[in-house]
Amino acid sequence: MNETLILTVLTIITAATPLVYAAIGELVVERSGVLNLGVEGMMLSGAVCSFATAHYTGSASLGILAGMLAGMLMALLFAFLTLTLQSSQVATGLALTLFGIGLTALIGQPLVGIAFGGLPSLDVPYLSQLPVVGPLLFSHDILVYGSFALVAAVAWFLNRSRAGLILRSIGDSHDAAHALGLRVIRVRYLATLFGGACAGIGGTYLSMVYTPMWVENMSAGRGWIALALVVFSIWQPGRLLLGAYLFGGISILQLHAQALGINVPAQLMSMLPYVTTILVLVLISRDRGRIQRNAPASIGQSFHPTT
Amino acid sequence: MYLKLDREHGLVMTDNVPDTLATSVIVPLVDMRAISKSYPGCLANDAIDLQLKAGRVHALLGENGAGKSTLVKILYGLLASDTGTIRWAGNLVHIDSPSAARALGIAMVFQHFSLFDSLSVLENIALGMDQDADNDLRQRIIEVSARYGLPLDPDRSVYTLSVGERQRIEIVRCLLQQPKLLIMDEPTSVLTPQEVADLFATLSRLAEEGVAILYISHKLEEIRQLCHEATILRGGRKVASANPQEESASSLAALMMGSDLPVARVAEVRKTGPVLFSMDNLTHQAGTTHGINLQGLTLQVAAGEIVGIAGVAGNGQDEFMQVISGESLLAAPNRLMLKNQPIGHINAAGRRRMGLCCVPEERLGHAAVPGLTLTENVFLTAHHTKALRHFGLISHRRSREFALEIIQRFNVQCHGAHSLASSLSGGNLQKFIVGREILQSPTVLVISQPTWGVDAGAAAAIHSAIRALAQQGAAVLLVSQDLDELMLVTDRIGALCAGQLSQMHRTADITVRQVGLLMGGEIAA
Repeated sequence: MNETLILTVLTIITAATPLVYAAIGELVVERSGVLNLGVEGMMLSGAVCSFATAHYTGSASLGILAGMLAGMLMALLFAFLTLTLQSSQVATGLALTLFGIGLTALIGQPLVGIAFGGLPSLDVPYLSQLPVVGPLLFSHDILVYGSFALVAAVAWFLNRSRAGLILRSIGDSHDAAHALGLRVIRVRYLATLFGGACAGIGGTYLSMVYTPMWVENMSAGRGWIALALVVFSIWQPGRLLLGAYLFGGISILQLHAQALGINVPAQLMSMLPYVTTILVLVLISRDRGRIQRNAPASIGQSFHPTT
Repeated sequence: MYLKLDREHGLVMTDNVPDTLATSVIVPLVDMRAISKSYPGCLANDAIDLQLKAGRVHALLGENGAGKSTLVKILYGLLASDTGTIRWAGNLVHIDSPSAARALGIAMVFQHFSLFDSLSVLENIALGMDQDADNDLRQRIIEVSARYGLPLDPDRSVYTLSVGERQRIEIVRCLLQQPKLLIMDEPTSVLTPQEVADLFATLSRLAEEGVAILYISHKLEEIRQLCHEATILRGGRKVASANPQEESASSLAALMMGSDLPVARVAEVRKTGPVLFSMDNLTHQAGTTHGINLQGLTLQVAAGEIVGIAGVAGNGQDEFMQVISGESLLAAPNRLMLKNQPIGHINAAGRRRMGLCCVPEERLGHAAVPGLTLTENVFLTAHHTKALRHFGLISHRRSREFALEIIQRFNVQCHGAHSLASSLSGGNLQKFIVGREILQSPTVLVISQPTWGVDAGAAAAIHSAIRALAQQGAAVLLVSQDLDELMLVTDRIGALCAGQLSQMHRTADITVRQVGLLMGGEIAA
């Protein structure tokens, strides 16, 4: 029984990690006032590029790096179109997703059907050998540890650092920020690139760990879930982590429940993660003040500098 | 009389000369000489001189468009003057940016705040000061706000604060920089009376400590209460210097508005008919916290008559127009009558159908849709009165013909009926909008600021069109801040002050000075 429980928790962590990466990146992007709906496309390009690189070079580290860069490249394209050429963020984001799905299917054609060894787990001496606690806490791969560190770092950056304050002020009112002499476009470029890198790593985790192979359109809507998590978490890193694990957890548990043959229609079970995540996050976000404090007021608006 | 801050009684009037006034200051802190600034087609500042002294509150007084804002923006480094010099404590300086102004010790509180709603007070102040939002800054904010009686909680989010509290953030931000000169641009236009009293106490305190204050306003009573000196601008020129405490409100008004007032206009004897439009003890609560409540308005406009409503902006004009146009509905329909029918409960489209046409103050976005063509804009208000529909569909042909008729009759300069409303200059768009309403032959025309920012030729055309409409038997209500216009066009005149309407007077029997007093709320005119 212990074995099963530990295994379940480990799968939940694997399911939640890509969401955490994609969503925490998008959270920073949106806090700067940019709405990038292309998360799905950026995740897919991260997935295919990291898989290809790891497969041909044999190096997992190079694979992660490639996935990150691929996501950033897509984000750079988005930033150039929306921030420099001032195209609509919504339309460009949707286009980025469609473009990403098509392009990765093309690039990934020769990779279909190849398996990959996955990432090595980083074991801590002694601690990893502990019963229960060892496998649960101290024998994950670097990206799982990294996801927690990243959420903590983003939370600190947004709420404690001056750069984070500047980023939030730009998301709140780019005109007032410009009047103070802050570099609106530059900060938004950096935030968008950060979001791309995170989405790329999220995709990397899918193709290298979650299902270590390349399958066309393998993100299967996780980019959209990540976007929803950002909004439902009211742009707060801690809640975002909670939401990602809730979603990951229920999607794994309902699979187990189906396997155990519980007599509930499969469609209802598949709905469960979505419904629960939405319900819980709606319930904890009833505080209007919290929304006022955290929602970036100028999100999705193009910035036209005057003077 | 001087204003003094008393610990027990707050702000009190005193006959004792404050110490700061007794000590004569030889070199003025700021000495602006022969400042000129022109925009295409308009000389905003024409060789203006201005001297500010430490410890004095100096008023810059003038009507809208007199050049106050331009002058202040030059001093704060937001605009560059064409000619003229600025000396700071005797030294020639070149202020080319707000940061250069701040480096000298000039701080400015703007009329429209630039604050971040979602951030806390502390964070907002930190962003404007290139300093971290740490405990040190929090402590300094608490100190300054306690010292000047500006209660502020550094950790509150800005969106929870009232307008007055938001202004306090801007003032505290300025004070933390320990300025030598504080510029306040129409600071009381958004404040409640209690907040105004608090602000005045703070400003008096600052002046006592030796800060020079430049106070921009067109509210005469305030200036008489607070300021030691006044410079009066009109039409981009300095017309007078005065000691506001020795002047009366009406003498200041005369200086501000000028004595070259339109001579009694040729008294056209206009036959007035039955009352077409009336309000009877109309009362309306403003929907927003800083709106003006209308109280007990009574007014009658007869056929063939032009009635003028004077008043300084922000005294209820917006609410007045909304109540008349039907954008705000009344609980008691019979307070507002059109041709002896109650209309208080009828919406804007319904009133328009009954023959009440309105021209709101704001042209783009209120009177016309910026992104639509003139043809489409015509359809929006005139589809019923001019039958621009054809079996329930838009008749583009008839709409275009009507638009072209307006363009031709009112000499609107544009590329044609297919031009976007936003592509027209302000004056041309105004001619188009006024033409659109007048050519619908309304029974009652209510028009706000018809010639605001319009050149003299277009203004004359609009005035004659309004007169012609009245001659055809329509009732016209003209809301304006431009006294010249009101004296020129109207038959009867009254003023709106703090949501209340003064008594109406025959325009031929009243002087501009008396209208100025009505605008200030003094009933005995």
